[in-house]
Amino acid sequence: MKALLFLGCTVPVRNLNYELSARQVCEALGVELVDDPELACCGYPLKGSDQAHALVIAARALAQARAHCLPLVALCSACAGTLAEAEHHLSHDPEAAAMVNQELEPLGLTYEPGVRVTHLVRYLISEVGLEAIKAKMTQSLEGFSFAPHYGCHYLKPAEVIGGLDDPENPQSLAQLIEATGATAVNHPRLKDCCGGGVLGADEELAGAMAGAKLAELNELGVTAMVMVCPFCNVMYEGQQKAIAKRMDLKLKVPVVYLTQLLGLGLGLSPDQVGLKLNRVKPKELIKAFKE
Amino acid sequence: MVRLNDCDPGFKHQVAAEPGGEGIRMCFGCAACSARCPVGANRPEYDPRRIIRSTLLGRREEVLASPLIWLCSSCYSCSEVCPQGVRFTDVLTAIKNLAAREGHAPPSARVTAELLAKQGRLLEVTEFENDKRADLGLPPVEQRPSDFQAILGIEPEAGEGEGA
Repeated sequence: MKALLFLGCTVPVRNLNYELSARQVCEALGVELVDDPELACCGYPLKGSDQAHALVIAARALAQARAHCLPLVALCSACAGTLAEAEHHLSHDPEAAAMVNQELEPLGLTYEPGVRVTHLVRYLISEVGLEAIKAKMTQSLEGFSFAPHYGCHYLKPAEVIGGLDDPENPQSLAQLIEATGATAVNHPRLKDCCGGGVLGADEELAGAMAGAKLAELNELGVTAMVMVCPFCNVMYEGQQKAIAKRMDLKLKVPVVYLTQLLGLGLGLSPDQVGLKLNRVKPKELIKAFKE
Repeated sequence: MVRLNDCDPGFKHQVAAEPGGEGIRMCFGCAACSARCPVGANRPEYDPRRIIRSTLLGRREEVLASPLIWLCSSCYSCSEVCPQGVRFTDVLTAIKNLAAREGHAPPSARVTAELLAKQGRLLEVTEFENDKRADLGLPPVEQRPSDFQAILGIEPEAGEGEGA
């Protein structure tokens, strides 16, 4: 199995624990990830104010990916969503594709439909398969409980992303958590939006959105929250202290990436999956698995 | 009070002509979007149905100049529950794009474009970042901004063409 890795802007600079564990997990599961230094921004940050240029930037990445003849897998849900939406839009709208190609021509690139865009976690489920992943586990995480955070762009819009999860009743992350032997926690705010999309415009509003879920999980007392997106991570891990201060709460909700959990289950050490780099550390997990 | 004489009946057509804006034609005002909106749950003055209604009425300036339109978290909850296929997230993107063209975008929008033209990515990558990556055995990442400058039509600032 071989896939082209879309690292995006945030993960390779701010979330090395995610990248490290994702690469390790892929290696352990027999997935070869190919890097291409030309792949950088997906266009998402520009969409709100300038969707025409955002689409050209996404199409640029799709045109580059197509040359590799490999599925394009992203670690960030916003990248995966933006690129999948662009592929969906351009492959259904020849006029938009022609406009985009006019802009790409001076760069020596041509967009053509046919790139399969997906999130790394969805790729692992569809290509490696849940049972095969479970069969490779060598270290049980039994006794730990994790709250999966699906976020929005991992699931929606369903007409573009859909197929694996029902956005009203998502299961895939819980199934992967359970594949490690751990318990996946269901709770009322399971499907909450992290608020990351409005952090730039209104920090207090974004914090209130993430804070409600953090407060609920703080009460429940889980081993950690489980992320698949660096933007959600900014809210729940990066902003956790600021949110606790604003809400006047003592919050201590450890946050991990799903690939870090899978890595532990596959027999890797806390250091190998970058748990040292987590800011709200899952101390019981590190203690249980340190060499 | 809304005076119809002050409204612009062409505004809704302008929104519908933007990519993603066409869905506004389908709205029958049920407010499923508003009921489901996680931003509205925390900030009641942000109300998707109200934004649609104001747009349909032609309250052009009120809509385009409103800071509220920039509060969408783009979670797509509204799009999923809409019985009419309006896709409010996309309609609002169309409205925000119109607003940006008339100078109403928050300053961060311009900064984002400039960062992409300068770095080819949102976050800067220097030797410092690549040293940290190398310590973990991760391959280096690069800044290749030239395509982004061409797409966005932004020239790099003098003296910043090399190194960085």
